[in-house]
Amino acid sequence: MFKLLKIDKEKCNACGLCEISCPFGAIAVENELAQANELCTLCGACVNVCPQAALAIERRKASVEELSQFKGVFIWAECEPHGEKHVPRKVAYEILSQGRRLADQLGEPLNAVVLGDEGLAEMDSLCYHGADRVLCFRHSLLGRYTSDGFTNVISAVIAGEKPSIFLYGATPNGRDLAPRVAARMRLGLTADCTELGIDENGQLVQTRPAFGGNIMATIISPYTRPQTATVRPNVFAAAKRDLDRPVNIEEMPVTLNKTNIRTRLIDEIRLASEEGRIEEAKVIVSAGRGCQDPINLDTLRELARKLGGVLAGSRAIVELGWIPHSLQVGQSGTTVGPDLYIAVGISGAVQHVVGMSSSKKIIAINKDPDAPIFKIADLGIVGDAPVILPKLINEIERIKVRR
Amino acid sequence: MKIVVCVKQVPEITDVNVNPETGTLVREGISAILNPFCEYALDHATQLKITQQETEVIAITMGPPQARSALFRCLELGDDRAVLVSDRKFAGADTWATALTLSAAIKASVPDFDLILMGKQAIDGDTAQVGPELAEILNLPQITYGVEINLSPKKKRIRVKRETEHGYEVLETRLPAVVSASKGELIRRVPSFQDVLTARLKDLRVISADDLDLDETELGLKGSFTQVINVFPPPQKQGGIKLEGLEPEVAARKIATYLRKEGFV
Repeated sequence: MFKLLKIDKEKCNACGLCEISCPFGAIAVENELAQANELCTLCGACVNVCPQAALAIERRKASVEELSQFKGVFIWAECEPHGEKHVPRKVAYEILSQGRRLADQLGEPLNAVVLGDEGLAEMDSLCYHGADRVLCFRHSLLGRYTSDGFTNVISAVIAGEKPSIFLYGATPNGRDLAPRVAARMRLGLTADCTELGIDENGQLVQTRPAFGGNIMATIISPYTRPQTATVRPNVFAAAKRDLDRPVNIEEMPVTLNKTNIRTRLIDEIRLASEEGRIEEAKVIVSAGRGCQDPINLDTLRELARKLGGVLAGSRAIVELGWIPHSLQVGQSGTTVGPDLYIAVGISGAVQHVVGMSSSKKIIAINKDPDAPIFKIADLGIVGDAPVILPKLINEIERIKVRR
Repeated sequence: MKIVVCVKQVPEITDVNVNPETGTLVREGISAILNPFCEYALDHATQLKITQQETEVIAITMGPPQARSALFRCLELGDDRAVLVSDRKFAGADTWATALTLSAAIKASVPDFDLILMGKQAIDGDTAQVGPELAEILNLPQITYGVEINLSPKKKRIRVKRETEHGYEVLETRLPAVVSASKGELIRRVPSFQDVLTARLKDLRVISADDLDLDETELGLKGSFTQVINVFPPPQKQGGIKLEGLEPEVAARKIATYLRKEGFV
């Protein structure tokens, strides 16, 4: 018998609703009684459906007064180099729009936290996009992301400001930083959220894909404040720029010493990216195993160029070494949301689809008529991509010439 | 030198299907495998062992008794010994409770470790949180997304080439440290029949909550800061037109027409 899922023998009437609601096949009615097995993850799906209230999960209690001291929605506005300057990147504006919505629901202010050196710029833009206040931490040791330096500063912000919610972009750095801070401050953290809301108790309700996108899980952090989450890039739209919004930027003192940072940069290898960054591309031509030969990627590159887009690919061809990992779309790569996504020879495994399903238009070319990618494609072509693509490039040329 | 590799047993999710009627995972016939990113971590450990004589590699997993098979895989791939941290009290652990339990298990079974390696994320949860949380709990430097790990001549420091969004960076840090691994350029040695046989003779120890210096309230669901309150199938995007049996020229024209109509050309 499973220990933490409590089954009340008196109340259970063996209706079997728990059995059909369990995503993990972990509970079944046997001998006129619900029985759980070791597959149980305590996800609570059965507890929610039981009409007899016979199921319960033993959980910790939190002190309401203690939690209510925490106020304010905070986001980490990650910056990136832009010429000589460091400016907030796209995902910062995306989480700002979500933060604004949550802050309004709670009636709390929205704060953006920025870390960088003297090169930080466009801080006012964060206010125009929704921040009530920007906390700007400038220090020569913050010019480049480090786990230790950034953890120190963000932890200090949390300790000092006592926010109710703290959001990060689920970028590589965000996913390096958020768990480090969460562990230091003893906070609940939910990774890679694709949906955020506030429940009737004012709690942050976080939804994220799991099992390679096969299932969605809704998660709360009932005992710890701030409630922290990383938010998947390219899922939410940024708010419109509103120049009437007041600008409130506070330069914050930073106490940071070289000895605080235990990693040292030895070398940086920037891949000459002919393709550019896929997460911000408007058009993506994406290659899968069905492209058959890395030589065919040149055709895809040309198509991408013609459409003002970039080349990307599935995990399969990254594993084959055809393209670098930085161009991988999917659960273990980058999530993209371009205006147009052309999937060439990609079958559309769920792990790939979760990384591109928010694309506005999807065109799929695949030999296999049963490929799952066709289920989500706006236009699906069953056929041999290496043969079709050169002809498509000619057609596009013809349209352009005619104009 | 002692290297701890933290691993996780996961369902082979490429096989996972969702029952369209109930919206639940179809679990029948799904095999349990060693998380692929953990295998990359093992590859790095094996590589360090080749360049570094007298290196001991210890695989640790927290999981149910069945996770033993994931540890056998580690032993077949060249690890010297393995520790299964298993107890019903760990059930329902979120990433924090998992990291805390692992940290206590490492302190209990390999207190004199030099390096902790793990996969950058597990393919079932995909959180990538346990590594940094473990590093913070043990107060160690962390380097995530490592693809190449080299030891300094005096074995006091490591250099890690890590993936970034723009390419790579090489970071150096002192030992002990925590490194999470992405796929490197290492070539995996396929275990021989002999390796499989020897693996069964290696030391595989099982420890429980009683062996850890943790309070019962810090374990499993009770010790977790997050709670899953609902699970449901993802919303399905509706497909559009699917065209079959077209001549390549016709297919190309259909796509071009679509691109023009939608304003992409």
